Amino acid sequence: MMHLIVLPIVLPALLAPFIIMAIRYHMDLQRIFSLAGTVTLVGITLALLAQAATGDIQVYELGNWPAPFGIVLVLDRLSALMIALTALLALAVLLYVIGSDWDLKGRHFHPLFQFQLMGVMGAFLTGDAFNLFVFFEVLLIASYGLMIHGGGARRLRAGVQYVVYNLLGSTLFLFALGTLYAVTGTLNMADLAERVAALPADETALIRVGAVLLLLVFAIKAAVLPLHFWLPASYANAPMPVAALFAIMTKVGAYSILRMYTLVFGPDVTITDGLVGDWLLPAALLTLGVGTLGILGAQKVAKLVAFSAIASMGTLLIAISLFTETATGAAIYYIIHSTLATGMMFLVADLIISRRGGRITPDVPMAQNGLIASLFFAGAIALAGMPPLSGFIGKLLVMDGARGADQWALIWGVILVASLVSVVGFARAGSLIFWKSYEAGGADPADQPAPQTPAAASLPFVAVIGLLTGLVLLSVFAGPVHDYARATAGQLFDPQGYIDAVLRGGK
Amino acid sequence: MEMLLASAVGILTACGVYLMLRQRTFPVIIGLSLVSYAVNVFLFATGRLAQNLPPVLNHNSVAYTDPLPQALVLTAIVISFGMTAVVVMIALSAYLSARDDRIDMARDDSYDDEQATGHVNNAEDEA
Repeated sequence: MMHLIVLPIVLPALLAPFIIMAIRYHMDLQRIFSLAGTVTLVGITLALLAQAATGDIQVYELGNWPAPFGIVLVLDRLSALMIALTALLALAVLLYVIGSDWDLKGRHFHPLFQFQLMGVMGAFLTGDAFNLFVFFEVLLIASYGLMIHGGGARRLRAGVQYVVYNLLGSTLFLFALGTLYAVTGTLNMADLAERVAALPADETALIRVGAVLLLLVFAIKAAVLPLHFWLPASYANAPMPVAALFAIMTKVGAYSILRMYTLVFGPDVTITDGLVGDWLLPAALLTLGVGTLGILGAQKVAKLVAFSAIASMGTLLIAISLFTETATGAAIYYIIHSTLATGMMFLVADLIISRRGGRITPDVPMAQNGLIASLFFAGAIALAGMPPLSGFIGKLLVMDGARGADQWALIWGVILVASLVSVVGFARAGSLIFWKSYEAGGADPADQPAPQTPAAASLPFVAVIGLLTGLVLLSVFAGPVHDYARATAGQLFDPQGYIDAVLRGGK
Repeated sequence: MEMLLASAVGILTACGVYLMLRQRTFPVIIGLSLVSYAVNVFLFATGRLAQNLPPVLNHNSVAYTDPLPQALVLTAIVISFGMTAVVVMIALSAYLSARDDRIDMARDDSYDDEQATGHVNNAEDEA
């Protein structure tokens, strides 16, 4: 069906105002509608994924204005994969939020959640650079609301920093788009790609500035060093389920880098040759290093997971910055893994924080210690990249993709040492939280007071175990998924197909 | 006119960046507004500067001024206006709940929030 592409944007865009206007005082109804909407979204995006898997690039012209004059939505393998991933993560987060009553701690959680989904879906689907900016703003403004959900002085303070940092990023985005428009006279991505490739050699100075400015904006979103400062404070102070949803937001940055720098400023474009990869690779290596050190040094569970999110972005961007087909295939596999694993760990962090507080210090044992400990270590194994979970396969693929690069020894060294250090970091945190509990309270486990009775909600565990199941499936079906990822990379590195689909209706 | 416009963008951006590096939220927000004004003026210039020309081509006119940047500026103005309103509200509630409008997170471990993080992110102090 032709109109299916626009539904992932339209559905949350209609649902959110409906929730806020018609049923704002009925929390049960809000939950039902929000959940039903998200489940429908999962169905739609999976159907779109099945359509895109055939290799066709579908183009949807909004208002029936032909590109490059109107705005187009484009569904190729990469965007279909990203929207399906978003919907699945959103479903797990929403189940967790409902199960743990997080949505009761402040107002308007569900509308903001739907607007957030609308922004993310739009950013993945759009084929127009200015429209990408608009959807960035939609997802950001919803994320501001979600980030300070529940309130509290410290969260609000972190919220101000987060908003200011992102507003500055948006301004830079506009400067970059203005520069691109001034040189090329278009903002449609496919049209940009054609015109940049055809630029005369003496007009390249400005376009190079634009390309680097744009990279800077996406690097802020993807939390690349040295632009990562916003992430630890805001993710660690946001409500943990919201931070779990934000796992997809850093991926929006990674996706945009992948899209713009394969399509518009691709490896074949001589004027920006080496401009991006040469800068991004060292930054990504540093990101991985600093993220890993943060895992080792974190004193709070929330910060621990926030830094592990930075570390996994580092690994992902190493793969992206090589800009070869093999490495990009690895990056796409790693995006799926990293989103699911980071989301799961933030939810596990919330399980821990709600039972014993956020500090990584010995404390009285908490309810369901064993179950949460196993979930924590499963997530840690995934994030640290140990077998048997998908993190191991992902890292292996990234290292395989780096084999042909000049600095392969450096890349391998950093990835391997970082894995070791993060194993140590997670083991330290986990053993302090889960195994030293008895020492803190008294000499003998038998003397301990009975663990606090839990809130008796099973839905949070369903959500966490659902994400874990996703990771297990990703490991078991690594072959087919990697085949899809490789096909996606093949499509990305053949931009002519995309350009023809958008500008010439596939002919 | 080019000189005037270029220096306006430059001065606005410079002042905005300077104000954004302050430690209190009020100057930071003013700085953000200045930078967003700068970018609006900049966007205007991306369609080339033209005076007294129609924004649409017709049979009588020899030249036209590019209407697209004006539409982009309009979108950008609306978005930055909304964003500024949001940041003012969040900054206000942060100020009201902490009785302090510093923008950095330093040494405020005494807040009761469970999820508060122990470690100060010194990077923001320097910024």
